[in-house]
Amino acid sequence: MNDMLLDRTPVSPIGEASEAYAPADPSEVRDHQVDGPELTARLAKTWGTGSGIVGALSTVDHKIIGRRYIITAFVFLFLGGLSALAMRLQLARPESQLMGPDLYNQLFTMHGTTMMFLFGVPIGEALAVYLVPLMVGTRNIAFPRLNAFSYYVYLFGGALIWIAFMLNVGADVGWFAYVPLSGPEYSPGKRADIWAQMITFTELSALAVAVEIVVTVLKQRAPGMTLDRIPLFVWAVFVNSFVIIFAMPAVMLASTMLILDRLVGTHFYNPAEGGDALLYQHLFWFFGHPEVYIIFLPATGFVSAIVVTFARRQAFGYLPLVLSLIATGFLSFGLWVHHMFTTGLPQLGASFFTASSMLIAIPNGIQIFCWIATLWDGRPVFRTPLLFVLGFFFIFVAGGLSGIMLASVPIDTQVHDTYFVVAHFHYVLIGGNVFPLLGAVYYWFPKFTGRMMSERLGKWHFWLAFIGFNITFFPMHISGLMGMPRRVYTYQAEMGWGTLNLISTLGGLLLFASFVLFLLNVVNSLRKGAVAGPNPWGAGTLEWLAASPPQPQNFDRIPVVTNREPLWAERESMPVATGLSVENRELLVSTVSEARADTRQSSPEPSLWPFLSAVVTAAAFIGSIFTPWAVVWAGPALAIVLIGWFWPKGATEDRK
Amino acid sequence: MRQRPVLDVSELPSYAFGARSPVWWGTLAFCTLEGTGFALAVGAYLYLTFINPQWPLSAPPPDLLWSSLHSIVLILSVWPNQLAKKNGEHENIQKVRRDLVIMSLVGVVLLGLRVLEFGTLHVRWDQNAYGSLVWTLLALHTAHLATDLVDTIVLAALMFTRHGHGKRFSDVADNSFYWNFVVLSWLPIYVLIYWAPRM
Repeated sequence: MNDMLLDRTPVSPIGEASEAYAPADPSEVRDHQVDGPELTARLAKTWGTGSGIVGALSTVDHKIIGRRYIITAFVFLFLGGLSALAMRLQLARPESQLMGPDLYNQLFTMHGTTMMFLFGVPIGEALAVYLVPLMVGTRNIAFPRLNAFSYYVYLFGGALIWIAFMLNVGADVGWFAYVPLSGPEYSPGKRADIWAQMITFTELSALAVAVEIVVTVLKQRAPGMTLDRIPLFVWAVFVNSFVIIFAMPAVMLASTMLILDRLVGTHFYNPAEGGDALLYQHLFWFFGHPEVYIIFLPATGFVSAIVVTFARRQAFGYLPLVLSLIATGFLSFGLWVHHMFTTGLPQLGASFFTASSMLIAIPNGIQIFCWIATLWDGRPVFRTPLLFVLGFFFIFVAGGLSGIMLASVPIDTQVHDTYFVVAHFHYVLIGGNVFPLLGAVYYWFPKFTGRMMSERLGKWHFWLAFIGFNITFFPMHISGLMGMPRRVYTYQAEMGWGTLNLISTLGGLLLFASFVLFLLNVVNSLRKGAVAGPNPWGAGTLEWLAASPPQPQNFDRIPVVTNREPLWAERESMPVATGLSVENRELLVSTVSEARADTRQSSPEPSLWPFLSAVVTAAAFIGSIFTPWAVVWAGPALAIVLIGWFWPKGATEDRK
Repeated sequence: MRQRPVLDVSELPSYAFGARSPVWWGTLAFCTLEGTGFALAVGAYLYLTFINPQWPLSAPPPDLLWSSLHSIVLILSVWPNQLAKKNGEHENIQKVRRDLVIMSLVGVVLLGLRVLEFGTLHVRWDQNAYGSLVWTLLALHTAHLATDLVDTIVLAALMFTRHGHGKRFSDVADNSFYWNFVVLSWLPIYVLIYWAPRM
């Protein structure tokens, strides 16, 4: 067995002479020398986080960072939701005087920006940061300090735009900030600059996490977890990370060029000096369409995990499911121009993008059929997580249908910028992301906290959310077809949109109530939910092998994987690898496709430097809004903090 | 759950080189995303080239002297860079120190040539969209050059301290790998900025 699980090729041309083969310090305790609670306690000390504020800011534990990511993303979800509710109240009746156009412009911009950049992208990565290392059976994420850095950068970026909003400098040019509206001529002041720099913050953090996930999945899988044994959730966020790596640079470039146009007088988007406004749209949507899938792909991972566990059988069509994820990832880059059908494109181009927009329905359809087949052939248990998945099927498929309609250029031209489009993308995004996400919270809450959420409140939550959602957004299809444009702060009674808008607002209140219930459920369950134990759902993937909540080291010994659902295959005892250090942070690095154990490598210790680096980065980005010299001043400061970050400290780190 | 030991990993090496090292994959991922950024900036340049009737816009093409010298030194630097990688893999501390010092000096020379290069562009970033893009492309590449230079200098210093052994040799190899990206990403930009307008 060992030869299948171990890679024995020499690490370098000098073979055994390499220092990599130096025998480990014999006085260092290894995990075959201790056992039971003592092993657990000693590993927890080695992998633990220090106390106090410095300890909290120095932590590199993927679970602590992941938890912060999840909570922060949910706070932004609530803020985005509240801004939506304010807009719904304003639109409830014609010529409402609740707010003026300026505040309304800021609200729809903050709503879209928050939901897309501060919630939609980070929430998928947040759950990946927490769950991927557990699911692949390792002790920490790859590049844990980069992970900590990315969280602080994200937090500072989100805080920047919301604090600016509270100071009445909220962005007001829509979530995609088209030029020339967002350019120097039509948006004086700092509002658009703050939007553009917020993009830089969040994309930097998203890219960093994507790199960590890719490397964790490729190099840190437990021995025996070959490519065809990787959990579907991990596949989903792995493909997602690639989409992020190829898509996010486009929006960083677009927003950087925008801010340069505004601050140092470049002319990228200025047609008077050879620039072009459509260049912005191309760059933005080259990111913006994959963005939709960046939001959706992790959700397919939630769905796969939940469906398999509650159907009580392995996924039907594992291979087609994985191939569909990959196909969706590729195709997502061939669709961006369908956001620009009304900009006067050559007809051939429009036809191509119509075809590719319809094509992407195929892999998504395959996934849906595989999930339905899994449920059909299994013995489904209808607990709250599965209810949310069923809600997702209904809502997402409805959104997909209006999507097929919009892929056609003549229809798109007709309903462009109306509430029909608003209805479509809320069906796709809330159906495709928020419903699976809520299911995922019910599903993994016991793992995160050690306690179960209330099933009774959960069912209320689901039905309230499902009904509230449809009452809010279904009427928008009709108001859109009746000609109501998006982003108007009010309308006249004669237009005849009043009743539909009132219904939408009432639905919005129901949806709001469902989230209040959810929050109540979370808070109550945290305090007095039933104790969960390691595997309350009887699930099959490795995160359920760890304690709930997991110890800092995740696993006392690294599991050896023999099946796609290891906990279903090994019911009596778990095969494990032994021989890792108990006193130092050591983890197992494995080969890319076969996941053979390859090297024992050290994982970075906690450090304050990533936090300091994030502070300097934030100072540079925010300062650059006021003077381009901020970037120049920050250069040396950044060099210093990065050297502090990477310079080895102390004897233990040096020995490795 | 009870545990059943089936595999002993205590004898495994404590680091490896190239694609067996997680840092190598991290470097590759960063090269990919930065490469995407370069490709998109090049795409933006070409996009504006095609929609404008005249290109470059009201400016002569930039001078060839410093940029070509820069390109030659950059290409030649691949040789000591590969040496650094090879000597890193052989864990030869004396030669690694020598190679890293050479690479640091080469980096400083390249940065100096780049400063001269900026002076012979014949266009400012705020003159027109062409100028904006030329400056962007050049600045993007300079940022990469400077980043790897700082990295190389820090690594060189590290190799002269007591930390200069073991896994650091793997870091030396990964640093060489990133330098190759800095070289390769420059070539299309050089052709685009300096030769395309002359064709």
